[in-house]
Amino acid sequence: MISVALGLAYRQLTVLFKNPSLFLPPMLFPLMNFMSFAGGLSRLRHVPGFDFHSGYTAFTFVFVLLQSAAFGGVFAGFGIARDFEYGFARRLLVSAPRRSGLILGYALAALARWLMIATLLTIVALIGGMQVGGNGVDLFGMYALALIFNVVGLLWACGIAMRFRTVQAGPLMQTPVFLLLFMSPVFVPLSLLTGWIHSVARVNPLTFLLEAGRGFIDGRPTQVAMSFGVGAALLAFFAVWARTGLARAERAG
Amino acid sequence: MNVIAHQVALIAQRSLKRTARQPGVWIPPLTFPLILMAVNSNGLKAATHLPGFPTRSFLAFFVPFSFMQGALFASAIAGTDLARDIDTGFLNRLALTPVRGAALLLGEIGGAVGLGTIQAVVYLTVALLAGVHIIAGVGGAALILLLAILVATGFGTLGLYIALRTGSGEGVQSMFPLLFFLLLVSSMNLPRNLIEVNWFRDLATINPVSYMIEAMRSLVISGWDAQALVLGFGFAGALIGLSLLLAASQLKVRMART
Repeated sequence: MISVALGLAYRQLTVLFKNPSLFLPPMLFPLMNFMSFAGGLSRLRHVPGFDFHSGYTAFTFVFVLLQSAAFGGVFAGFGIARDFEYGFARRLLVSAPRRSGLILGYALAALARWLMIATLLTIVALIGGMQVGGNGVDLFGMYALALIFNVVGLLWACGIAMRFRTVQAGPLMQTPVFLLLFMSPVFVPLSLLTGWIHSVARVNPLTFLLEAGRGFIDGRPTQVAMSFGVGAALLAFFAVWARTGLARAERAG
Repeated sequence: MNVIAHQVALIAQRSLKRTARQPGVWIPPLTFPLILMAVNSNGLKAATHLPGFPTRSFLAFFVPFSFMQGALFASAIAGTDLARDIDTGFLNRLALTPVRGAALLLGEIGGAVGLGTIQAVVYLTVALLAGVHIIAGVGGAALILLLAILVATGFGTLGLYIALRTGSGEGVQSMFPLLFFLLLVSSMNLPRNLIEVNWFRDLATINPVSYMIEAMRSLVISGWDAQALVLGFGFAGALIGLSLLLAASQLKVRMART
């Protein structure tokens, strides 16, 4: 299984590096969002009740980090769908001794790609003057949450790609993730949201990850157990979702 | 003149039909900006508590965003359709006919303008149903629609230029993030005087998209503002003119008749 996973991950990364059109958009989108939010909305820290010591750049960085993680997974899902559309995935299904290794391989490739994006994003944020209140352990926690979210995004998109086996399913991979992301406390803390968006954000699983991530970077950890619990539950659920998707693809031949 | 008009009508009809026959093409531009408007106008409502914020309703402030995002979709649709025509050889076959370049350009943009018009009406209707009050009244609403259609035409024409330049749908799609960047570094989320970061405020100030947004916004939240309207319509007109010039020069290269 490991050899299948490593082989596939290597192939995915090679394809990625040889096609800048596949590599650049997932890299540029988080940077553009970060610039737009951190640069254009920093005045929001003056809204009465906005309590975040590390500044608006750090506040928005955590959201963009999680967003890049989720979309890193989703964009990898496009590659899976493309492999099915062009028939490459069928050859993989025939040749792989342990087919679960295919999911693992796609996940490893998605993870490697996101790590590059996260590194660049962090460098840009630090150059842009982001203040970090948390210590090394806190930051490890923040990146671990984002990593979990990256794998969750990949497993979700993988399940869709293997069920539909066409790139046309792309909007189905993206849209729910996009909605989940923006129905969380993106621009201001949860306590400052009002109306229906507050009700939705309160039960949105991403809110727990986002608030915990912000707590980590601010050096005031909050909702740690809850966020990792939610992350683990999402991982377990979407692992089953992806594996049953693979079973569907196997049955389809 | 009549011949050109007939050619424009035929190509525009084809462009409109092609757009209408692909729900995957027209559904996202109709729904996505509305979803974002609903989500962001609630998520950013706290901004109305900032001293100097020009209105108590963030939804009213944010309405122009939908028109601008719809216009960007128009750019992608017009460009992708033309790129497909290049890819499938349709443009080469057209080159064998007496069709004029101007007729081709104006006709090809028909689908995007048609969709842009429907989008503008839908966005405005939804905004009014959601309780947005347009201070400039019915005339102001009509002017918002006109400006939205002009902006969609401008970005649609830019999409045509990109398609003619790159000759591929992927090329058009890969330019979309760059166009979206123009929207992100504008005054879409906050008025320019409330943007705290200098470099961002400077970028928003030199970004023509800010003025298109501010023209529409002025009609919604403050009434008739001649300066905002002149700037908004001026930049929209300049975008159309410049994009048409670029597209026309590129069309000569792409449709070289030997």
